[in-house]
Amino acid sequence: MFKILDKKVLSPGVYQFDIEAPRVAKKAEPGQFIVLRVNEEGERIPLTIADFDRAKGTITIIFQAVGASTELLGSMNAGESLLDFVGPLGQPSHIQGGMGTIVCIGGGIGVAPVYPIARGMKDAGNKVISIMGAKTKDILILEDAMKAASNEVLVTTDDGSYGIKGFVTTALQQLVDRGEKIDQVTAIGPVVMMRSVVEATRPLGIKTIVSLNPIMVDGTGMCGGCRVQVGDETKFACVDGPEFDGHIVDFKGLMSRQRMYREQETVEKDHACHIGLGGKK
Amino acid sequence: MALSLKKHKMPEQDPKVRAHNFDEVSLGYDEETAVSEAERCLNCKVPQCRKGCPVQVDIPAFIAKIKERDFDGAIDKIKETNSLPAVCGRVCPQENQCEKYCVLGNKGESVAIGRLERFAADNDMAKNKEVKSVSFAAAAQKVAVIGAGPAGLSAAGDLAKKGYRVTIFEALHTAGGVLSYGIPEFRLPKDNIVKKEIANLEKLGVKIEVDSVVGRLFTIDELMQEEGFDAVFVGTGAGLPHFMHIPGENLNGVYSANEFLTRCNLMKAYKFPEYATPIHVGKNVAVVGGGNVAMDAARTSLRLGAEHVYIVYRRGEDELPARREEVHHAKEEGIDFRLLNNPVEVLGDENGWVSELRCIKMELGEPDASGRRRPVAVPGSEFNLAVDTVVIAIGQGPNPIVASTTPGMDTTKRGNIIADEESGATTKEGVFAGGDIVTGAATVILAMGAGKKAAAAMDAYLQKKRA
Repeated sequence: MFKILDKKVLSPGVYQFDIEAPRVAKKAEPGQFIVLRVNEEGERIPLTIADFDRAKGTITIIFQAVGASTELLGSMNAGESLLDFVGPLGQPSHIQGGMGTIVCIGGGIGVAPVYPIARGMKDAGNKVISIMGAKTKDILILEDAMKAASNEVLVTTDDGSYGIKGFVTTALQQLVDRGEKIDQVTAIGPVVMMRSVVEATRPLGIKTIVSLNPIMVDGTGMCGGCRVQVGDETKFACVDGPEFDGHIVDFKGLMSRQRMYREQETVEKDHACHIGLGGKK
Repeated sequence: MALSLKKHKMPEQDPKVRAHNFDEVSLGYDEETAVSEAERCLNCKVPQCRKGCPVQVDIPAFIAKIKERDFDGAIDKIKETNSLPAVCGRVCPQENQCEKYCVLGNKGESVAIGRLERFAADNDMAKNKEVKSVSFAAAAQKVAVIGAGPAGLSAAGDLAKKGYRVTIFEALHTAGGVLSYGIPEFRLPKDNIVKKEIANLEKLGVKIEVDSVVGRLFTIDELMQEEGFDAVFVGTGAGLPHFMHIPGENLNGVYSANEFLTRCNLMKAYKFPEYATPIHVGKNVAVVGGGNVAMDAARTSLRLGAEHVYIVYRRGEDELPARREEVHHAKEEGIDFRLLNNPVEVLGDENGWVSELRCIKMELGEPDASGRRRPVAVPGSEFNLAVDTVVIAIGQGPNPIVASTTPGMDTTKRGNIIADEESGATTKEGVFAGGDIVTGAATVILAMGAGKKAAAAMDAYLQKKRA
């Protein structure tokens, strides 16, 4: 069992948990993910690692309650335990000194997995400019952490309630316009956002890394459910990724596969409502 | 009494009924049938059956005990060499092993060795007997086993019986490997059989750590240098699904057999939404492949509510790699075998879902390297099957996570670990391997045999290390 040591509600429906998992924390690197299961009936939920503390032996996860499984997870409280917590899975982000200027873009909840990458990039001696996007000011997460992990932070909100009005690509364009020489962009967030960033950087020839979170079961390369077309090859996001060269990812196929269980998700939500969420913990 | 030329029939659920439930298909012999079947054994002076058993069960001896109605004696005999008898009695391809060598098979049907093994094991399990735990010698050495599938469980059982402190590291949340994620409930019940067999190993002192991905959580070098393990057995199986690399394979509704079966068996998607993991099965399902995994996927599809299920296989009936019994069961349940057909493309609708499987007819040419006649496409014979789901069951390769993080442990070009056939010794000192990770996808019992041989070799290695 894996104990939830701390629970924070970052914005409505967005939760941050610190999970006691010392063995995982000892090995975790930015860019990797974990798979957890709340209870015996639960799905295996993959989540990118938002932070790790080797000394305390904890892994931080941040997630949005969007379906029955993540809602059940969100209903858990500090002091309670998760049944399964597996990791660290996937390939770590490529981080080293001398990579130059890195723009780290996080959209919505995607800021969470971007944070350790930004910190790692900065610690390695690179210049890190971060762009954080949210629909509105109230749901922006991890602003202070991102400021500490970056040389500069630009915030965008769709409604203009905070920072630059517009999307993360608006801020990226501003950087380009002011003559910033960008060596790499790392973008994590909703698939549509990552696709927009990739389309923006493609004509500029800026290397762009995206982190994918397709539907998967085991997370160790066994099921192939997370396969995604990258260039001429079919890759498994769980073992070959989750990070890929955004310019050759087939986003259309990815989005289609994300919708595979939409019908069942409705059934599941109804079921969860009938039994009362949290009652099955 | 004249000797019957036929085996006693295995009582089974009616095909029409069982095609819609996940209960076990074969119901097992009762005592009278078992004793009567055991009486068919001639107790040959030089028994041939044993040489067909990868774990060398003393078959004539256990059958003799059943004949005497000493059922406890029978299971004790089997357990001397077989750690998972209730599993083997169900899923071993006995027709190619022990029963193939039974002399009764020359004139009629061999003794139903597998069914008798199952009877003895089930009879024993029903009694819930205490398993004697082995007391560890104070200086017992530590052995790590990677993968809680048939190879690892078999190696762990034998090593524990010899007094070693064995820890199995399993990547998934449940032990059993293919017994848990792959073989369906209706062939191998999880709670009543697999879990109990594994619990018996734990009672022997085997420690199982689930959720532990070796190669990520720790490497083999770390296990040996930092965690104090004196030897390691790698039995990580064939955990990498093969796809056909044809257009449309990434459409929604296309599964690897691994994913399809894992969702249903391990994650219990057949109980959705009580269990939260969903699975998609439309009205029409095509399963590509002709092995046991393909049969399992096809029969699972029926039970999940599919109305029409095709097996699409590029060779003919005689070449089907699945067990005869599985093919027979599948046919009884109404699976539609489309033999000598090979998929060339998966076609999708406007929403990215599978709509049709485009196939081409094949004919058999000259024998290929495998000795089977090579299928050759008939030009211009393409046709479409209307389907909602396609399951690709054409085999699995070795999962690379352990090998790629273990310097000094060599693999073949295909990624299988190179290990000595007799001892399982790899090119890295103290590290042994066996099962599908070495041989490529094979059977439960061959993996168990490899685990057993490796356990003996590891014992010799560890004794030498002690001295």
